[in-house]
Amino acid sequence: MKTKGIVLAALAGLLMSGTAYATDVKIGVMNDRSGLYSDITGEGSVVAARMAVEDFGAAEKGINVEIVSADHQNKPDVGSNIARQWYDEEGVDVIADVPTSSVALAINDITREKNKIHLNSGAATSALTGESCSPNTVHFTYDTWQLAHGTGRAMVEAGGKTWFFLTADYAFGHQLEADTSAVVKEAGGEVLGVVRTPFPGTDFSSFLLQAQASGADVIGLANAGGDTINSIKQAAEFGITQAGQSIAGLLVFTNDVHALGLEVAQGLVLTSSFYWDLNEGTREWSARFEEQMGKKPSMVQAGVYGAVIHYLKAVEAVGDKDPEKVMAKMKEMPTDDVLFGKGKVRADGRKIHDSYLFRVKTPDQSEGEWDLYETVATIPAEQGFRPLGEGGCPLVE
Amino acid sequence: MFELLGIPPQALFGQLLLGLINGSFYAILSLGLAIIFGLLNIINFTHGAQYMMGAFVAWMLLNYLGVPYWGALLIAPVVVGATGIVLERLLISRLYHLDHLYGLLLTFGLALVITGLFRNYYGISGLPYGIPAQLSGGQNLGFMFLPNYRGWVVIASLVVCISTWFIIEKTKLGAYLRAATENPTMVGAFGINVPRLITLTYGFGVGLAAFAGVLAAPIYSVNPNMGADLIIVVFAVVVIGGMGSILGSIVTGFGLGLIEGLTRVFYPEGSAVVIFVIMAIVLLVKPAGLFGRTA
Repeated sequence: MKTKGIVLAALAGLLMSGTAYATDVKIGVMNDRSGLYSDITGEGSVVAARMAVEDFGAAEKGINVEIVSADHQNKPDVGSNIARQWYDEEGVDVIADVPTSSVALAINDITREKNKIHLNSGAATSALTGESCSPNTVHFTYDTWQLAHGTGRAMVEAGGKTWFFLTADYAFGHQLEADTSAVVKEAGGEVLGVVRTPFPGTDFSSFLLQAQASGADVIGLANAGGDTINSIKQAAEFGITQAGQSIAGLLVFTNDVHALGLEVAQGLVLTSSFYWDLNEGTREWSARFEEQMGKKPSMVQAGVYGAVIHYLKAVEAVGDKDPEKVMAKMKEMPTDDVLFGKGKVRADGRKIHDSYLFRVKTPDQSEGEWDLYETVATIPAEQGFRPLGEGGCPLVE
Repeated sequence: MFELLGIPPQALFGQLLLGLINGSFYAILSLGLAIIFGLLNIINFTHGAQYMMGAFVAWMLLNYLGVPYWGALLIAPVVVGATGIVLERLLISRLYHLDHLYGLLLTFGLALVITGLFRNYYGISGLPYGIPAQLSGGQNLGFMFLPNYRGWVVIASLVVCISTWFIIEKTKLGAYLRAATENPTMVGAFGINVPRLITLTYGFGVGLAAFAGVLAAPIYSVNPNMGADLIIVVFAVVVIGGMGSILGSIVTGFGLGLIEGLTRVFYPEGSAVVIFVIMAIVLLVKPAGLFGRTA
């Protein structure tokens, strides 16, 4: 019995190349691996998580990190089942990424119930740090409030006083429309009308003509992915932007702009927390990411990287993976990584950092396949996100 | 001057025209399905994937070989049609003596495999494909701005639909086809190579799907799921028109496009389901479809 134990220990030692680990951590990257959001999350997020573990030097610091992944198919029930299995049977400590707001809210609840940690990067809903906030969740990358305020305010200030919304007819679209309407009205603008479009949609021309007939200065697209691509493509076709109306893409990823092509997307104004070409650090990291994935990282994938780095720092500082201690440490320590710069995790779980207002370049300005944005403005971290205490989060005293 | 249910007539004309344009896609796609079902008795669930392949082949021709839109409009249907012929010879032809269900399962599985392959290589976000320079811009019709390209879509699809109908209903080749549908053994006895006729018909139906795909590439997002999003509606169109009815699929394709267009004005939230509501009603009242013959 004893010899067997020694042999096993020796074998384990060999496998770990002689390092004795103080802490074992298992991170589950859960996202959409085959559907609508698989380009902006998917395998790229898993690669980003692995890069975080390597760049942090987890092994040298005595933390043994194992990364697993699963496809939630954008369905809350599928996601919940995976989460329960991961937490109950497979010893997963952290679930990272989770795009699709409805799935994220489900994982948020389960993580709290099981007292684990959820590092959300992929979901948009600001409810994660609002009424649904949890002591076990960090919402790392972006949210609907941030997007609505970044783009909405900039458009109104640029003279877009009257708005018409094309809203994807489900929870996310409604939330984004509500958040943006509030900003528009607050900034002295007016909402002339809304059309709720079936999700997912292919032909948006009749909705665009309704928007055109309203005479609004700005057509706000409260949708995402293929819906956004189709609406922008068709708006260009119907000469809507040429006729003087502006399009505000409220949730636009670099992958969407890449898919549209600059000819069609040029001039579009959007808000984002990350772009690969921001500075030397983001360029270097994105080049390494591209080597593995064949394309530039999305904001969500960058967020997975940043969140895992910050989590591992906290585990190192605490010297333990106890969720309460680690969460407390994550909120106490300022965040700092090459992709998002300096920031912090607030009491409500909202991670804040600078956001950027970008304008899509014209084909003449672009110097390469992924040279898509020019920076219009940098929104400081404190202004870019919903003020602490306004979201109705019970954790905020 | 006057308003119809609160909508000014100009807006209404505009929406009707848009409905007609969407109807063009429904018509070409459902026509291909109807031809294939009529002759092969196969419910071709791969149709959506083949429509998507048409758009992707157009993109590949442009980006790898520099072939512009007009070339793609001819070449893509031939290329995709040829892959259809290979599929028919290798797999589908083995199922003719079995129940419809097997063909449906096979083609559905093929659709998933093809979509998966494209997703693996090109991702889900899609690829850019511009409107050809000759057709950019548009006409101001007074009641709406009609992009030239959309006008072209309606014309191209009408020409293709009417020619197909003409070939099948009015020519000798069409007569062979229709005869082979009724009684393949008898037609074979007259010395006509029925299996080849069937293979070519499948290839032609698939080519129609690819043609619609090329037409769609400049205005819709070119991504691996573009066919899956559309094909369910097209199946509803075929069921309403009557399975296998050529004229039925053309008329219902355009007609349902119009109805959907109107729904988008009066009740946008319902525009995704209106076709299925009509399908349910038609199935209740006339189970063989509006133009179908009861067997």
